Amino acid sequence: MNAPTPGTEVAYVDPQRRALVRQRARRNALVGMASLVGFVIVISVIVSRTPGWPIVQETFFNGEEFVKTFPGLLSAFMLNVRIFVIAEPLILILGLLVALARTLQSPIFLPVRVIATLYVDIFRGIPTILVIFLLGFGIPALRLTGFPNGAIFWGTAALVLSYGAYVAEVFRAGIGSVHPSQQMASRSLGLSSWQTNRYVVLPQAIRNVIPPLLNDFISLQKDTALVAVLGPIEVLRQAQIDTSSSFNYTPYVGAALIFIALTIPMTRFADWVQERSSRRRRAGGVA
Amino acid sequence: MSESMLDVSGVWKSFEGHPVLRGLDITVGHHQAVVLIGASGSGKSTLLRCINGLVMVDAGRIMLDGTLDITSFDTDMDAARRRIGIVFQSYNLFPHMSVLDNVALAPRKVLGRSKAESVDAARALLARFGLEAKADEYPDRLSGGQAQRVAIVRALAMEPELMLFDEITSALDPLLVGEVLEAVRELKETGLTLLMATHEMGFAREVADKVCFLKDGVVLEQGTPEVIFSAPERQETREFLARVLG
Repeated sequence: MNAPTPGTEVAYVDPQRRALVRQRARRNALVGMASLVGFVIVISVIVSRTPGWPIVQETFFNGEEFVKTFPGLLSAFMLNVRIFVIAEPLILILGLLVALARTLQSPIFLPVRVIATLYVDIFRGIPTILVIFLLGFGIPALRLTGFPNGAIFWGTAALVLSYGAYVAEVFRAGIGSVHPSQQMASRSLGLSSWQTNRYVVLPQAIRNVIPPLLNDFISLQKDTALVAVLGPIEVLRQAQIDTSSSFNYTPYVGAALIFIALTIPMTRFADWVQERSSRRRRAGGVA
Repeated sequence: MSESMLDVSGVWKSFEGHPVLRGLDITVGHHQAVVLIGASGSGKSTLLRCINGLVMVDAGRIMLDGTLDITSFDTDMDAARRRIGIVFQSYNLFPHMSVLDNVALAPRKVLGRSKAESVDAARALLARFGLEAKADEYPDRLSGGQAQRVAIVRALAMEPELMLFDEITSALDPLLVGEVLEAVRELKETGLTLLMATHEMGFAREVADKVCFLKDGVVLEQGTPEVIFSAPERQETREFLARVLG
């Protein structure tokens, strides 16, 4: 009715259509919420009616036990955080160095390439928990001088070696994802192969692999619990100690909640980064 | 100074047994603009890539300015490429850098210029091609014509003695071809030696000192644009021109 003159430089949306679109969006949101709440109620009713529920509630969701053990779990979790914070940057450095080593072309670097390839093949093939056992129990037995013998040290080292192999492959895939024409353009300007890697290929490769890297880090946060097998009292081990003294499994649930509290924000962040980078790629594919 | 800027003689190149260049000869004089025409697959792109060493020849010799043998295994190719610029059909700008950094990167890292010096020079060059307003943009914000002009400026920033153009307007919207050709025209006026593969016959006729018709990996016929476009001797040349000129 009051539409602007055709050709006017304005963004015009029919107000009636706009109202309808909003109305529909509101209705969709309401239906979604109602459906979700209904679903939760149904599941709760079913679970609480199972014959074993009172006992499960008592042994896994015991409020009193939870309050008693949770602070201890939290302080034990600080060890997981410490392992994670130390392992993380080391994994990134190791992974990047190994990935770069595998791209070296000069024949003089053949030993470097062979070692890097062997490292990835071996450590990607062994379950992380086995690496932790082998390093944590094996190396201290060698009685090497100059190396700490602590379980935390070797447990962290095992995580670094195991994840380093995965992250190296992620970086290598990232390097492969940069189109060869970028290298050609760089070399044609007279940049050396090292300079081409440093200024043209790697910056693009690293940007491309940030989402999968974040995924690996979420996984690493959880796997810090594997170090428990060597004995240090981190959150899982603490929960084990608590349960064995009270015969109540609530501390396990407490430990799970702590991990979730850390990994969920990280997961959402990874999703957001992924979404942003794929949007960007859609926007500017030509250059 | 030798007689010719570029001397290609008897160059062969095959890919997985499929011959692309079959003993090709070509000469480009100082300050000349030489245009390569011919159907897709006639070897134009491969020839240009052999000249700046992105592709290794199987046989033959390529001399730059009579002294530098590009085909020799002892030649420092990074050093050779500094003297030869190339612009590709698909621009190949670095998407993670601003236009300014795209242009200033090589002068800084390869020629060892200071940051201030390389940036000032890059801005001046961009301004010369009407791109000063785009200096801080990223390549994905440019039109095809702008991107290709930036690619020309990026190659030019290395102050090459010889510039190679590999069908630089083929990926462009027809409306944007003009601005890129205008940039090439300007380079020609400054006396830079040019060797370009193109499908723009009108432009070839206008700027070329010499036109070479390639077919099946050899130069079948060459001469001034007047001769090639108006009175070609070879039947194949006539057929090709009839097809592209419609």
